[in-house]
Amino acid sequence: MTVSKTHDAHSVTAKDDVATLVRDAAEGEAVTVRRGSDSLELTAVTAIPAGHKIALRDFKKGENVIKYGSVIGAASEDIPKGAHVHVHNLEGLRGRGDRR
Amino acid sequence: MSGTFMGYARPDGSAGIRNHLLVLPSVVCASDTAMRIALQLNGAVCVTHQHGCAQLPSDAAQTKRTLVGFGANPNVAACIVVGLGCETTQAGDVAGEIARMTAKPVVSLVIQEQGGTLDTTARGVRIGREMLAEMSLLRREEQPISKLILGLECGGSDAWSGLSANPAVGNASDRLIRAGGTSILSETQEMIGAEHLLVTRATGPEVAERLFAAVRRAEAGALADGVDIRLANPTPGNRQGGLTTLEEKLLGCISKAGVDAPLLEVLDYAERPTRRGLIFMDTPGHDIESITGMVAGGAQAIFFTTGRGTCTGCPIAPVIKVCSNTPTFEHMRDNMDVDAGPIIAGTKTIEELGGELFDEMLRVCAGKSTKSEDLGYGSFAINRIGPTQ
Repeated sequence: MTVSKTHDAHSVTAKDDVATLVRDAAEGEAVTVRRGSDSLELTAVTAIPAGHKIALRDFKKGENVIKYGSVIGAASEDIPKGAHVHVHNLEGLRGRGDRR
Repeated sequence: MSGTFMGYARPDGSAGIRNHLLVLPSVVCASDTAMRIALQLNGAVCVTHQHGCAQLPSDAAQTKRTLVGFGANPNVAACIVVGLGCETTQAGDVAGEIARMTAKPVVSLVIQEQGGTLDTTARGVRIGREMLAEMSLLRREEQPISKLILGLECGGSDAWSGLSANPAVGNASDRLIRAGGTSILSETQEMIGAEHLLVTRATGPEVAERLFAAVRRAEAGALADGVDIRLANPTPGNRQGGLTTLEEKLLGCISKAGVDAPLLEVLDYAERPTRRGLIFMDTPGHDIESITGMVAGGAQAIFFTTGRGTCTGCPIAPVIKVCSNTPTFEHMRDNMDVDAGPIIAGTKTIEELGGELFDEMLRVCAGKSTKSEDLGYGSFAINRIGPTQ
């Protein structure tokens, strides 16, 4: 498996609902995503740095986010498709001593 | 499939890929003397540490197991253990256990018995010179790959680590295991949220339960402290690189374990594997403590993946740095051995790079030096499980 020369972002499994950008994306820019054997076209609704994640669908606050085919955390606010997904809108669910 | 690597035959049937004389203080109080001995022996390695006395029994036992394991590692041809005399971790006990486990040349020296630094140093240097002369006659020979144990480590991860360097190392690990060798996966904290994936590869309920118990202990630390584990992990550098949550980081980490090797055994820190294949060792996420534990368990070499870049070496085992992305590889060429960036660029597959890493590992076994060896780097840190008394 290669990550891709022709796509701007890559999701690890076909179940993933975020993808990792191979290059910086500017706000409003078109982004091509490889997801399994499919190609998706979407628009970056915010600027997103290379190595960071783009939302492949809309998320309601509290919904789980999937990467590597597994849950990596939950949306801490509503996230629109095409937005930067990071610490400001995604939180981990494990090791949360602050929630006890 | 089977294979061979080039290694030094040891009396216990193991094979080293390096030929070190180790000068090992059994206690912090003997560190300066041990260093003075090593300084006068060309090629000797000394590891200093803060431990060996004023420890609770379980903690003292882990320290001793680590020191004994370092001396027993096949990369060590001969060992001089230096003690003060009044410490918990007695030099004679450490040396005795190394000798019983390996039958290699081991001597202990006690400063209070020898009459101070100067006499201990003189004695140690004379003994060490004889050891070096004997060791210098040893040559690498072809060894079955079943004698090779590889430690898997990651540090300074970024979002590429889980896409390039980690799965490529996992592919190399799968190749090693198919050929009859052993890989140790470590860093229990980095299994929190990925344990459900690794456990499907456990060979029995006992292995699965030991894995879950280790992860529960690691998670309980953060829960007991009343904090979000993200205050410690992912680190600021991880987050800047695009990793958001602990679960995300370690789902990438776990790909170092390859895709198909069954998990045969779960070890305590610095324990020796009793099986050949994929092994998990319960270590902290602290890179140096984790590497020290795996090498004390007998690992002769380490694959270390990084995205942000790291300098770490080990005093007695080569550490092969695999960088997840080409910009960091170029930026930190002094410290990086292999670039996994071509996977991101789409010019190499994970399988291709995995094959290259396996071949590079065999070259390093045969004597090729790694970047951290060229720099003379050798960090050493023993994991503590109790407070200083």
